[in-house]
Amino acid sequence: MRLPSRPAVIAALAIVALCSCGPGAPAGREDVTLVIAANSISGGKNSESADWIKRWVIPGFEQTHHDVKVLFQPSGVDDEQYKTKIALDLKAKAGADIIDLDGIWVGEFAQAGYIKPLTDVGGPAVGSWEGWSQIPQAVQGLGVFDGKKYGLPQGTDGRVLFYNKTLFKKAGLPDPWQPTNWEDILTAGARLKAAGVPTPIQINAGTAMGEATTMQGVLPLLAAAGSEIYADGKWTGATRAMKDVLGFYQRLYTSGLSDPKLQQEAKGRDKSFTQFAAGKIGILAESDYFWRSVIEPKAGVAPMADRDSAVGFAEIPAKNPGGAIRGQDFASMSGGAVRVLNPFSKNPKLAWELLAFMHSAAATKAQLAGQARISSRGDVNSEVLTADPMLKYIADKVLPITAYRPGLAVYPQVSVALQEATAAIVSGKSPDEAAATYQTKLESLVGGADHVVG
Amino acid sequence: MNTDAAGLGRARAVGFVLPALVLIGVFLVFPALWTIYLGLTDYRLTGLAAADPQLVGLDNYTTTLTDPRFLSSLWLTVVYVGGSAVLGQAGLGFTLAWLLRTRHGPLRRAVEGVVLLSWILPSTVVGFLWFALLDRDDGTLNALLRTPGMGWLLDYPLASIIVFNVWRGTAFSMMLYAAALENVPPSHLETARLAGASVPQQLRDVVLPLIRRHVLTNLLLISLWTFNDFTPFVLTGGGPEGRSEILPVYVYNIALKGGELGVGAAVSFLILLINLLFALAYLRLLRGRGRRRAAGRPPA
Repeated sequence: MRLPSRPAVIAALAIVALCSCGPGAPAGREDVTLVIAANSISGGKNSESADWIKRWVIPGFEQTHHDVKVLFQPSGVDDEQYKTKIALDLKAKAGADIIDLDGIWVGEFAQAGYIKPLTDVGGPAVGSWEGWSQIPQAVQGLGVFDGKKYGLPQGTDGRVLFYNKTLFKKAGLPDPWQPTNWEDILTAGARLKAAGVPTPIQINAGTAMGEATTMQGVLPLLAAAGSEIYADGKWTGATRAMKDVLGFYQRLYTSGLSDPKLQQEAKGRDKSFTQFAAGKIGILAESDYFWRSVIEPKAGVAPMADRDSAVGFAEIPAKNPGGAIRGQDFASMSGGAVRVLNPFSKNPKLAWELLAFMHSAAATKAQLAGQARISSRGDVNSEVLTADPMLKYIADKVLPITAYRPGLAVYPQVSVALQEATAAIVSGKSPDEAAATYQTKLESLVGGADHVVG
Repeated sequence: MNTDAAGLGRARAVGFVLPALVLIGVFLVFPALWTIYLGLTDYRLTGLAAADPQLVGLDNYTTTLTDPRFLSSLWLTVVYVGGSAVLGQAGLGFTLAWLLRTRHGPLRRAVEGVVLLSWILPSTVVGFLWFALLDRDDGTLNALLRTPGMGWLLDYPLASIIVFNVWRGTAFSMMLYAAALENVPPSHLETARLAGASVPQQLRDVVLPLIRRHVLTNLLLISLWTFNDFTPFVLTGGGPEGRSEILPVYVYNIALKGGELGVGAAVSFLILLINLLFALAYLRLLRGRGRRRAAGRPPA
């Protein structure tokens, strides 16, 4: 019985040793350190944003604040994993001072007490910030929960269908291509298939892709079928529109137009990017993120040297013309990331200064130099809008017809239920079966059938 | 009879044991009790229930035990433990130890080196090596077999992680059995051979009775390790659609990915109970053996 206690003694000694060398030195003004966390990393995910923070934000801020050291804490993982990490950081009242969040997480983080309204953390300086007047209300809404501002929006995006012009030419399809109903998409897919394209269409499905399935697939299609996921206080259950969406998925995944296995792979979304760049996928539904961060010729994750000439984009058509939400012919979905202040920050006022600096006109312009995206600031957008055809297309055509996800805390769970419904289709279930299972799950999530349509 | 062999006295003895007991209390007993408590709440990672969790009684347990996903996960775990630990690692480990027992020199060292290497490499490194081996698009295995596009991890997820774990964990069983076989007196085997016993007969009647306790200890350890093994997550993430979602991965997906910490705690407690059952069954077997043998022997 002597042996087992020895590791315990060693552990005790180790703990004593650790405790004796904790943070002892009193933090003087020159020791102030601010940390920025984002799901971006140089040479990987959202590379240009990581580079911007390291090369522009940090030197720029440290130049005016000599006694402050700014550090960047990069990540390059799936959004769900990043979310878990941040939630655990904040639960432990730790983590970076400025944190990147998807706008859709603001509600549940606020309810959990992980984040606080900006004015509560950053003080009165927040209200008098010059940037507020430059950010349109709809975009500000990305960082708002229960009428309070929790985060500064970084910009917004829109979803379109990207297509490979080279493959389209091979299949004898027109360029520019703009489908006007869902049949057009399927017809183009069949032509591509006949021309030997391995995977004619990629519309994300399944649980492995996470929110990318919901946001790139189900929700735009649902909007195109004339319905929003949450409207007038009720969630959309197994309605006609939902069954139409699942039926469309079924036609894609049982006719050889799409690759069911790709949806099940642990790294399926990354692979779909590589395959599109390699000319193995004809049509792919994605946000403009795909254009500026994935197939971007220089810094993209799956760069395409001939992107500008070889990749086209088209709006997502209604199931039938005029059948999308608000009677539109086309539909899309928008979202966007926000930056929040950590309420447990040791230097909240300084953190707000840094956050405001990151959202200043000069900073936004510097960030846009590396990529094309719709920033949150109107003054910057009007200057740079014409620089990139894709950016202009999103701003002119897509944003006027787009829709946003409901900023409710239960949404992420509803999103998982939608992903599971598409996963059921991919593995061979019928739309009616998948819709019925979804309806049951939805009712248990949102508190009964009273809150569900369908 | 004096039981105070060290002559410390009660107070000093307590003083010596106390730090260990405190550590066990803080790092083992308290978390276990805390898990039981969390399992009775609707605690979540985010949202309202994260700030103010409510007691929900046994709801988490009833929903879990009737959840087809949990039941299929339990079954997958049983197959995973049975296939990779009991049959795979113990079987292959014993075979290797038996074949190598009379060999010395470079061959034995080479085999032991290779087997050990797979055991000492960090899990994440090994995970990505196997991912590269089994990948559907550019996997090494597909290149070797000339089967492009064969999705091993998608079509045979459970078999893939079983083979992976056999490869990974055989070293321990091999070393333990090699040590155990050293204890089998060569004269016993010699006698058996002279009496005309075949190899299976030698194994059954000479070797197995002598190393039975080693076998049981080995099985206890590796089945517990395998039962709680999270490494397959690196290969499949529990997918596709839960077909390789063994219990540790299920807990991760429920508690951290899905944010349902309360349910996760309930499932963890169920896993703890299953582990205890495992351990008790093995210990009973071990003790039963020991007592019978002690009783059968003449007093020394």
